[in-house]
Amino acid sequence: MFLQQLINGVALGSTYALIALGYTMVYGIITLINFAHGEIFMVGAFVGLLLITYFKLNIFVAMFLSMSFCMILGVVIELVAYRRLRRSSRLSALISAIGVSIFLSSLALMIFGADAKAFPDDVFPLRQIKIGSAEVSTLQLSIIGISALLMLTLEFIVQKTKIGKAMRATSEDYTAAALMGINVNRVISFTFALGSALAAAGGMLVGLLFNAVTFNMGLMAGLKAFAAAVLGGIGSIPGAMLGGVLLGVTEVFGVAIGYSSYRDAIAFTILVLVLLLKPTGLLGQKIQKKV
Amino acid sequence: MLVVEQLSVNYKAIKALTEVNCEVKHGEIVALIGANGAGKTTILNTISGIVPAASGRITFEGKDITQVPAHDIVKLGICQVPEGRRVFSKMSVLENLEMGAYSKNDKKMMQEGIERAFQMFPRLAERRKQLAKTLSGGEQQMLAMGRALMTNPRLLLLDEPSMGLAPMLVEKIFEVVTEINKAGTTIMLVEQNAHMALSIANRAYVLETGEVVLKGDAKELAADPEVRKAYLGE
Ligand SMILES: Nc1ncnc2c1ncn2[C@@H]1O[C@H](COP(=O)(O)OP(=O)(O)OP(=O)(O)O)[C@@H](O)[C@H]1O
Ligand SMILES: [Mg+2]
Repeated sequence: MFLQQLINGVALGSTYALIALGYTMVYGIITLINFAHGEIFMVGAFVGLLLITYFKLNIFVAMFLSMSFCMILGVVIELVAYRRLRRSSRLSALISAIGVSIFLSSLALMIFGADAKAFPDDVFPLRQIKIGSAEVSTLQLSIIGISALLMLTLEFIVQKTKIGKAMRATSEDYTAAALMGINVNRVISFTFALGSALAAAGGMLVGLLFNAVTFNMGLMAGLKAFAAAVLGGIGSIPGAMLGGVLLGVTEVFGVAIGYSSYRDAIAFTILVLVLLLKPTGLLGQKIQKKV
Repeated sequence: MLVVEQLSVNYKAIKALTEVNCEVKHGEIVALIGANGAGKTTILNTISGIVPAASGRITFEGKDITQVPAHDIVKLGICQVPEGRRVFSKMSVLENLEMGAYSKNDKKMMQEGIERAFQMFPRLAERRKQLAKTLSGGEQQMLAMGRALMTNPRLLLLDEPSMGLAPMLVEKIFEVVTEINKAGTTIMLVEQNAHMALSIANRAYVLETGEVVLKGDAKELAADPEVRKAYLGE
């Protein structure tokens, strides 16, 4: 029972973590809560669904293409909706982000309608596996595996590659980074691309997990992932991973002990508690004033 | 090498610089002195492309660089050690140096730059894996200088390298500045410590509330009674 719920929680939580990473990376670099991030996640799910349903693509190929599509989408959103507002107040940028978010979900509603779409039955070889006393589906294991792989790749990019180091430098000191010859705009675009790709993968995985893709799935998932990012410490990459998994596990256990009607409230209760008790989150650092 | 003509800079309603003219010739050390808020940092940041010019012109080796963005200024060979060092505190010493070489896609230059920095400041070599925030103020200044020298710039802009350092270290930093200059790098040096700055500079400009009020040979300025009174504490 415990193991069962733990695995359910980790699977759900790793999808939160994938989305939370985008929030945290973008916040880390331009101190903006990218409100449209949840909608990128939704678009990722739809693109994957289309590719699998109409083009009969293999799920991994579809995921790769959907991630690439959302990378471009994320970069375009930043270019069109945020770049010009970079020097104005954060509130203007936030409102612009909410605008993009409404635009994308309305567009999805127009194109796909209001009812949930499902993936074809044969898209994933679904089987149950016994691990001790727990029954785990191959889908859950794949979600955990794919998420872990993506997060390890991200960690490698951020820690070891040149552009990843430039990301860290830029998020710490924008001006000093520019003085080093770092093209800050390019680094910001890259950050949006990375975050959006992870969100797209998350969107497909969540779509598979609940076997439903809807135009408004980005709202709740986005808000929860945001709560996860705050829980881990906004701006911290390991924090977003930890926060996502913790949130997923808490939610699943909350439901298991009988609070199923409060399922969605759990995330926001945690959000409020963190903001009250430890605004920097579990792994976050003191919020520095950006210049 | 660098010519600043009629440069004016505003921060919203605040006038920071008014029609400033100055020049740095190849191989020189030029000092820029003046009280707090005189506009010294603003001049360096405008040259570096961090702060936009309201009017006027900056040319570097004959090329107009007034509108060139910061990351391209570095490629042209102008590097800045900013006021307050601004090392990347959550990155290691080695990673900070790597960032200094960001604009050049050149492994060999990176290796040479790191070796040069470690030779110049052996203390950095011992701490290469340490996060920059664990370094002392003096070590951070060394790191900031090593970082700016990674690409072997032709013009180095130094903003108050002696700020907050013990006298011993100030001497050491100024020695290094002289060495860097002897090795062929032209230097523009902003300092509160006018005494030290004038002692190593060839020429100097004195800035007051955004305007150049005095300029000339560093030795002559150091002997000028006005300067001695206002900036050398006599
Ligand atoms: N980002 C900014 N926004 C608004 N005003 C600024 C900004 N930066 C500088 N100023 C103003 O411009 C003027 C010149 O500042 P600057 O930093 O160039 O002086 P400085 O000579 O370097 O002083 P210090 O010796 O204290 O470093 C000051 O009046 C300062 O208050
Ligand atoms: Mg200054």
